[in-house]
Amino acid sequence: MDAVATAEQEIRPSLRKRLSAALENPTFLGFLFVAPAELLLLIFLAYPLLLGLWLGLTDTLVGREGHYIGFANYISLIHDSSFWLTVFNTFLYTVVAVFFKLVLGVGLAVVLNRDFKGKGLMRAIVLLPWIIPTALSAIVFWWLYDSTFSGISWTLIKLGLMDHRINFLGDAWNARWSLIVANIWRGVPFFTIGLLAGLQTINPDLYEAAEIDGAGSWARFRKITLPLLMPLLTVVTVFSTIWTFADFQLVWVITRGGPGGATHLFGTLSFQRAMAGGGHFGEGAAISNFMIPILVACVFIAFIFLRKED
Amino acid sequence: MERFGSKLVRFYIPTALYLVFLLFPFYWMAITVFKSDKELYNLKLNPFIIHSPTLENVVHLFTQTIFLKWMWNTFFVAILATLISLAASLLAAYAIQRLQFKTSGPTGVAIFLGYLVPQTILFIPLAHIIFKMRLWDSLWSLVLTYPTFLIPFCTWLLMGYFKSIPKEMEECAMIDGTSRINIFRKIILPLCLPGILSSFIFCFTLSWNEFLYALAFISTTTSKTVPIGLVTELVRGDVYHWGPLMAGALCASVPVALVYSFFVEHYVAGMTGALKE
Repeated sequence: MDAVATAEQEIRPSLRKRLSAALENPTFLGFLFVAPAELLLLIFLAYPLLLGLWLGLTDTLVGREGHYIGFANYISLIHDSSFWLTVFNTFLYTVVAVFFKLVLGVGLAVVLNRDFKGKGLMRAIVLLPWIIPTALSAIVFWWLYDSTFSGISWTLIKLGLMDHRINFLGDAWNARWSLIVANIWRGVPFFTIGLLAGLQTINPDLYEAAEIDGAGSWARFRKITLPLLMPLLTVVTVFSTIWTFADFQLVWVITRGGPGGATHLFGTLSFQRAMAGGGHFGEGAAISNFMIPILVACVFIAFIFLRKED
Repeated sequence: MERFGSKLVRFYIPTALYLVFLLFPFYWMAITVFKSDKELYNLKLNPFIIHSPTLENVVHLFTQTIFLKWMWNTFFVAILATLISLAASLLAAYAIQRLQFKTSGPTGVAIFLGYLVPQTILFIPLAHIIFKMRLWDSLWSLVLTYPTFLIPFCTWLLMGYFKSIPKEMEECAMIDGTSRINIFRKIILPLCLPGILSSFIFCFTLSWNEFLYALAFISTTTSKTVPIGLVTELVRGDVYHWGPLMAGALCASVPVALVYSFFVEHYVAGMTGALKE
C-alpha cells in the first residue's frame, strides 16, 4: 500500500508539470482552446451540411430512414411548376428588396451623418426594426395587411386615393409587394447603421475641397462618398443578399407561402414539404440544396470584388 | 452656418419621413393592444386612435395562454445558448488571434464561413440529427443548435477586440513567469470586457429572436418559445386573436428592447466592428 502511495505521489507532480508545460506550448493550447467551438460547429454545422446533400439524394421521410434514389428529387422538382414559381419569387424578392434596402439605407445614413441633438437616440430608434424579433414584427405586418381592417386601406380611402379596400395578401402580386415592403422595413437599419460608421471615417476636408472646386452635392456623393464607402458597402450588401435570399420568418408568418404558393421562397417551400406537409425530408433537403450554388457564387463574387478594391 | 431652408430639405423632412416609415408598425401594434374587440372590428371608427382604452387583450394573453411559460422557455434557451457560445468563442478567438498556432489562419476563416451558412439550408438535416439524438421536442435541441450561428459571429467579433490589446502586455507577463492560462484569465479577459458585453448582447438577442429551429424542432405547447407560441397558438384555423397577438408581440419585444437600449453603444460598436473586419 505504502509503495503504491509513494509511487502515485511521485507520478502526480511530474504529470502536473508535464501538463503545465504542454499548456505553455502555443500549438497545444491553441488546439485545446479552439476545440469546443470546432466540435460544436463540426457536429451541428459541417455535418448537417453534408448530411443535407445526402438527404437530397434519398426518399427519407420524417423519422424514417430513406433509400438512395439518385437525382429523383431534383428531377421531379425541375418538372414541378410550383418549384419554378418559387425560384422566380425568390429572385424577385431578393433583387427588389436588397436594391431598396441599399438605396434607402445609404440615403438615411447620409441624412444622419451630421452632428445634431439626440443623435444617439435617433440611432437607437433607427435600429429598432432590426432588433425586435422578426417573427413578432411579422405578426404586426400580418395584421396591418388585413384585408378588412388595415389602416393603410382606411387612410387611402379617406384621402380619396382609393375607392375599395386593398386585398393585400389574397392576390399574388399584392402579397409579393407586401412581403417585400416588410423585408425592406426590417433591413434598412442594418444598412444605415453599418454604413454610418463608414461615413464617419471619411475626412470632411475632402468635401470642403470638392466644394471649393465647385462640385455639387450629387457629384460629391458620387466622387467621394461612394468610392470610399465601396468596400463596406459590398460587405453589407453581400450579407443582406444572403439573408434575404435565405429568408423564412417574414414569409412564413405573413403568408405561409400563399396565396396558391405565389410567395414561397426556397426556405418556406422546403419547410412546407419537409415539415408542414407530408414530412418529405428528402425532397425538402433537395429544395434547400438548390440555394447552395447561388450562395457560394454570391460570396465568391464579393470576395473577388473586395480583392480588386484592395 | 447652414440656412434653415436647406437644413429643412436635407435633414428634417427626410428624417421625418424615415421615422414615420420605421415607427409606423410599432404604433399600429401599440394601439391595437389597448383596443377592445368591439372597437377593433368597427369599420366606422378611425383605426389610428384608441377610443376607449382597455387592458383586456393583455389580460387574455396572461390568463388564456401560457405566455409566461413561453417567455421562460425563450429566456432559458437564450441564456444557456449564449453562455455556451460565449465561452467557446472567447477561447477560440484568443487562440486564433494570439496563439498563432499552425492552422490558426484557416481555422479563423472556416469559423467565419460558418456564419454565411443560412439556417434554411441546415434545418432539415439538423431535424434528422435531433430526432436521432432523441432531443426532438426538447428545449435542449435549441440550446445545442443555436451556437452554430452564435459562435461564428461571436468569434469574429472577439477577434477584433483581442487584436486591439497590445502584445507587449502579454510578453511582459510571460517574462515575469505568468503561465499562458493565467495571462488569458487575468490580463486578457478583463481587458476585453466591452467585447464580451457586446457579444453577450448579440447572442442573447439573436437567440431570443430565433424562429425556424424553434418552429421545426418543438411541437408541444408547453415547450414553445415566444415567437412560435404566439404564431401557432393564437391563430386557430380562421380565428385570429389580433388583440392578444399584438399584446404578445409587444410584451415579448420588451426584454430585447430593454437589453438593447442599455447597451446600444456596445451594440453599434460590435456591429460596425464586425463589419469592418
